[in-house]
Amino acid sequence: MTDVTTARIPLAHVREHLAQGRRPRSDRRGRPLDDQATADVRALIGEPPPQGHRRDLLIEHLHRLQDHYHGLFERHLVALAAEMRLSTVEVYEVASFYHHFDILPDSAQAPALTVRVCDSLSCQLAGSAPLLAQLQQELGAEVRVIAAPCLGRCEQAPAAQIGQQALAHATVDKVRERVQTGQTAPLPLPQALGLAAYRAQGGYALWETLQRGERDPESVLKVLDEAGLRGLGGAGFPAGRKWRIVRAQAAPRLMAVNIDEGEPGTFKDRTLLEQDPHRFLEGMLIAAHVVGCEAVYIYLRDEYHEARGLLQQALADLQTMAGSALPRIELRRGAGAYICGEESAMIESIEGKRGMPRLRPPYIAEVGLFGRPTLEHNFETLYWVRELIEQGPEAFASQGRHGRRGMRRYSVSGRVREPGVKLAPAGITLRELVDEYCGGMADGHTLYAYLPGGASGGILPAHLADVPLDFDTLQAHGCFIGSAAVMVLSTQDRASDAALNVMRFFEHESCGQCTPCRVGTQKAAALMARAGWDRDTLQDLCEVMQDASICGLGQAAPNPVRSVLTHFAHELAPQAGQGSTP
Amino acid sequence: MNARTIPLIPVTVDGRAVQAPAGQSLLHLARDLGIEIPHLCHSDGLRPDGNCRACVVEIEGERSLAPSCCRSVREGMVVHTDSPRARKSRAMVLEMLLADMPEQGHKWLDDQPEHPHGELSAWARREGVTVRPALAELRRPAPAPDMSHPAMAVQLDACIQCNRCQRACRELQVNDVIGMAHRGAHTQVVFDLNDPMGASSCVACGECVQACPTGALMPKTLLGPQSVDREVDSVCPFCGVGCLVTWQVRDERIVGVKGRAGPANEGRLCVKGRFGMDYVHSPDRLTRPLIRRDGVAKDVRHLSEPTDWREVFREASWEEALATATAPLQRLRAQHGPRSLAGFGSAKGSNEEAYLFQKLVRTGFGSHNVDHCTRLCHASSVAALLEGVGSGAVSNPVRDVAQAEFILVIGSNPTANHPVAATWIKNAVQRGARLVLADPRITELGRHAWRTLPFKPDTDVALLNALLHVIVEEGLCNEAFLQARADHVDDLREHLRDYSPERMAPICGIEASVLREVARAYATSPAAMILWGMGVSQHVHGTDNVRCLIALASLTGQIGRPGTGLHPLRGQNNVQGASDAGLIPMMLPNYQRVSDPQAREWFEQFWQTPLDERPGLTVVEVMQHALADEQDPDKIRGMYIMGENPAMSDPDLGHARAALASLQHLVVQDIFLTETAWLADVILPATAWPEKTGTVSNTDRMVQMGRRALNPPGQARSDLWIIQQMAQGLGLRWDYAGEDDGVAAIYEEMRQAMHGSIGGIDWARLQQGTVTYPCLSAEDPGQPIVFTNKFPTPNGRVQLVPAALIPADEQPDADYPLVLITGRQLEHWHTGSMTRRAPVLDALEPGPTVSLCGSDMRRMGLTAGQLVRLRSRRGEVQLQVRRDDGTPPGVVFMAFAYVEAAANLLTNPALDPVGKIPEFKFCAVRLDPVA
Repeated sequence: MTDVTTARIPLAHVREHLAQGRRPRSDRRGRPLDDQATADVRALIGEPPPQGHRRDLLIEHLHRLQDHYHGLFERHLVALAAEMRLSTVEVYEVASFYHHFDILPDSAQAPALTVRVCDSLSCQLAGSAPLLAQLQQELGAEVRVIAAPCLGRCEQAPAAQIGQQALAHATVDKVRERVQTGQTAPLPLPQALGLAAYRAQGGYALWETLQRGERDPESVLKVLDEAGLRGLGGAGFPAGRKWRIVRAQAAPRLMAVNIDEGEPGTFKDRTLLEQDPHRFLEGMLIAAHVVGCEAVYIYLRDEYHEARGLLQQALADLQTMAGSALPRIELRRGAGAYICGEESAMIESIEGKRGMPRLRPPYIAEVGLFGRPTLEHNFETLYWVRELIEQGPEAFASQGRHGRRGMRRYSVSGRVREPGVKLAPAGITLRELVDEYCGGMADGHTLYAYLPGGASGGILPAHLADVPLDFDTLQAHGCFIGSAAVMVLSTQDRASDAALNVMRFFEHESCGQCTPCRVGTQKAAALMARAGWDRDTLQDLCEVMQDASICGLGQAAPNPVRSVLTHFAHELAPQAGQGSTP
Repeated sequence: MNARTIPLIPVTVDGRAVQAPAGQSLLHLARDLGIEIPHLCHSDGLRPDGNCRACVVEIEGERSLAPSCCRSVREGMVVHTDSPRARKSRAMVLEMLLADMPEQGHKWLDDQPEHPHGELSAWARREGVTVRPALAELRRPAPAPDMSHPAMAVQLDACIQCNRCQRACRELQVNDVIGMAHRGAHTQVVFDLNDPMGASSCVACGECVQACPTGALMPKTLLGPQSVDREVDSVCPFCGVGCLVTWQVRDERIVGVKGRAGPANEGRLCVKGRFGMDYVHSPDRLTRPLIRRDGVAKDVRHLSEPTDWREVFREASWEEALATATAPLQRLRAQHGPRSLAGFGSAKGSNEEAYLFQKLVRTGFGSHNVDHCTRLCHASSVAALLEGVGSGAVSNPVRDVAQAEFILVIGSNPTANHPVAATWIKNAVQRGARLVLADPRITELGRHAWRTLPFKPDTDVALLNALLHVIVEEGLCNEAFLQARADHVDDLREHLRDYSPERMAPICGIEASVLREVARAYATSPAAMILWGMGVSQHVHGTDNVRCLIALASLTGQIGRPGTGLHPLRGQNNVQGASDAGLIPMMLPNYQRVSDPQAREWFEQFWQTPLDERPGLTVVEVMQHALADEQDPDKIRGMYIMGENPAMSDPDLGHARAALASLQHLVVQDIFLTETAWLADVILPATAWPEKTGTVSNTDRMVQMGRRALNPPGQARSDLWIIQQMAQGLGLRWDYAGEDDGVAAIYEEMRQAMHGSIGGIDWARLQQGTVTYPCLSAEDPGQPIVFTNKFPTPNGRVQLVPAALIPADEQPDADYPLVLITGRQLEHWHTGSMTRRAPVLDALEPGPTVSLCGSDMRRMGLTAGQLVRLRSRRGEVQLQVRRDDGTPPGVVFMAFAYVEAAANLLTNPALDPVGKIPEFKFCAVRLDPVA
């Protein structure tokens, strides 16, 4: 209780505060807006249109800034937010989610050039770690050299990227030469099939017959069903069924194409895109026509700068050719996030948000992009469409080995003589694939193990090299085929090292939304880096990740750990005692 | 109320066949069945997010486990909440989260430091989960604590990334400050650009600390042990929104404020309600009666120069102070008649206080010279509404914006002045409603608006008449409504001919095409609602402005239905109730006109006292009459002011302060030595809101109960006690028995006097919870939406009144080239007497500023933070420049809370002829740098 005699003089109280030099804020709350920064932003993204900037273009706008300034200065983020009528934090959280955006304090100097060295499994096998260390030492302060998760060039291991230029079989000398000569722009792809050549081979005729109503959309669906074409992004959902489901939803319907080929070991989509972009686009248009999608969003991973240029040209040519007959087509750049290959995370990213997988139900076929029913497909699935229709479903379905049907493209890398994309019968075994399609094992290497489905598909030992590789054939062994990214290990490698490499990849790429994956991948990677694995704890982590994660990333992340525990226990030191009950 | 029944769906939970309401989540279904499933990211009231996975259950036929918070029942679903798989995953989630938590937590279960992580510790304890050493060893590195905010501690070592704070900030309050940045294990709660909370755009609503389950975000006053001595349910004392609160009291101090699920706030609060209650504990509180020392003159310089109060006042006993307070009033009344005295009551007090105060003036002083700050805020709105629709209150509650498809906010800055009301508006926008913000200043709400109409100050009528013109010209009138329910329609149509958007555009500064677009959108919307504030009312044409709004709603029939209508956002927590209770010179309780002989007679009977036939003087008129000539029979010579601060809040303070100083006798009853109290003869120390019990009525016409949580400091006494003592001293014989100085008895008397609106709300009913009036019987649930089929006008029809263009009283010119708009800011209440003594609020806004846009600053060569002198024909102040690009060119804005730079020294006392409200929103000033 205050005694009145000790009470301070009320008005003096206020003056006292002023005397303490407590100054009122000289701006509105938060970061002040910088006029020059606003001008900078407008120079790159234009004045706000009458209805305001589109929210979903946030990531595209961030790319403009990143490309131009080699980083995202905070003043520009504040200005961009104001221009887009977003809060600063909405811009910041999106920018900070994607690895290809570098947020810089206003006082910082942006790196003149960034060199990325792939540290994913195939590149690691090819010596990317010493390469990275050497480059970091030798290239000087103005060149930033960083490790990058899979660049999608596993057949060119070790792969690197100088600015936006891809480099196969990178060496210190090759990188230095390109840095010194300023070769940082994407290289052209002269061997790719252009529109004229594609049309000369009968391209777009099929789409045009559909357009003109000369072919019944139902017949297309029938072909897909009979061929048994399944989604080739990894999940393997029957394509025809997916088209029918979305087609039955209320309009407007949208389509999203997933070329965020990020699964380590996978490079088929890039390889095909760089050869024949129009074959894919025709498949895409056929799907959009049959399903009745009014707009198509193509999501291309950011690492594929060369392919992006090619695709932009192809889309421009297509516009010139078909113009008004086309649905609205938008090409979107990823920004360095594996998780955006997950279908719902990709949709979030197309909407200009952080790439957080959505909880399902509802499924994106019902509530997808911008809340609309959405047909989402992997690149290769669409790439097949024209051929299946032209050749007939039986031509496809009659292929296959060991009781499996169809053809598949396997991205093969690692210890084989001739890595690359191999079009082979579905159900082929690893041994057959290596021997018949890859020229056998690389010199001096003996088959020890292989990853049949990229980072998430688990690891199999050499004695299981005769199992057919296809959807549904590997479950019994705790593995899956996924996008058919086959990485081959030799007796010079250890499966547990490979498992650690991929677990670190998952840790790096986890979106962080759910506890099992966010904490689980991190703790598992830490435990796996130790000499003796704490198997009980790892088992517990595997269980919760698999059972309780939101999306496939977390659910599949335990596969390599379990594979090691099942098939490669001999590699591990005796069970580490600390903390676990025997 | 909702007769629609929700279908029941058969599901099986842990082997029990049950029927569950469609749409119910598995988590809630389990809870109904007595099965408690751990959950952390889920909190009732927030959108379920399903990220923590602590609540997973097994559903037969599904490969992975499902978050029970996000999955709703499906026919035939077989759910296992207790399967080993589900149990294992839930326990692992708790263990993984615990493994990363710091040893020393910030939110202990009760007083137990061994359970230091709030809800996480509670679930872990319940489920018997502990962390194995292998995981404990891997604890993540702890980020540094962020103590930059005066009220909140950010200690992300205890963060579990559940994003409840983000949802609270972005989806409930829509302040959009908190985000989840980075990714994976680096996922981090950030403010703006990962700025310290105290440097961010955080408005300190505290919704995040209320939402945080683990103590990562905490009120600084509640770090560590959570136990308190008692929790008292009450209502927030600041604005008219009427948020319900629970005060947490420890050691006789309010250490925490929790938002309570009230009908107006659903648990939401703003910075004042959450962190601004410290004013009650200020060492500046008056704790003993004070009497002016003999021979010390009333000197207005005391308000601007350092003075020791001891030189001006001396302490006194209550007995002496009351005698000294009342005797001169009696003498003046005897010598100069009843009209020589006046009283200002307060919209900050309770209904019971307001009722008793006006009764004291009317029956003790013998005149109707009683008014309060309603005169300064919505008097013109009330005048126009009484004339047009027959009632001065709102037609629909704020939360009806949830039913609206179109929302017009005009002359209002609700994110600062009605922050929780603003959250409902922002929520409506998120849901898809179109918001139009019409205000010369583009304030925070502008970012959420479909269209902003930054019209030139003072051109409200031009803007609104243009909208009305479009509605008439383009045939968008609701003819059926007009025919059935409106009068003078044709006069209005005729009048509007001259106000085409094309003619009004150059006047109001909004393009004709935009005016047309907005008019069409409003008129054709299935449900359109109008909310306004003092930007509309505080003009010499304030009444006309509101007449236009009434016309807008009437021509289109956008009234009398959910999501439509007219809502003047009331300022003070009880300005609605104080007005209802008769704290108005021309109105007896419940708006019974003094000039109506029948009404007067009723009250003469009721109070057993003859009443003056003439209405009394309004606030500004009282001041004018204080300085009137000695011969003036209506000269004001003595005053009793309770809880108001006209020495800060009146226009042209130089004049108002001189008027107060000239009084022969002034009694001030307050909790602080306010600027007004400095000019008093006797000062009576009163109670702050948490020290008393009583009711208040919010902007939505909801009567709510405030409860005593603390004892008053020193010898301060309850206001009801003081008023009764004053009445006794004036010779009135009142007798209100019962606890809290007879508050219940006073309420019941008031209820009789106001039977036409609150007859059905007795004291006991208010103990149960909020009741909305009109409520005429015990069975009447109350009527949130009025005018549904008739207006309370004499003939039941809305009376339309055309409005012509009247310019502001004082236009800018070469000497005074800028327009000054005054108003409030988020942290400071009114004249600052409370909030500037609340340490958190004071720290957030420590001093006065004048806001200008960047282009004006460049033009005048000013930099942000520079000291400038602002002058009008009536006064001058010095203060710092703040850049705010929402301020239009040629305009400056100031809040009136700062005694050291009192905005009202500059303002113009010109009055609206009908509402008698001063033109606070427009006067001419000049701005010069201080060398």
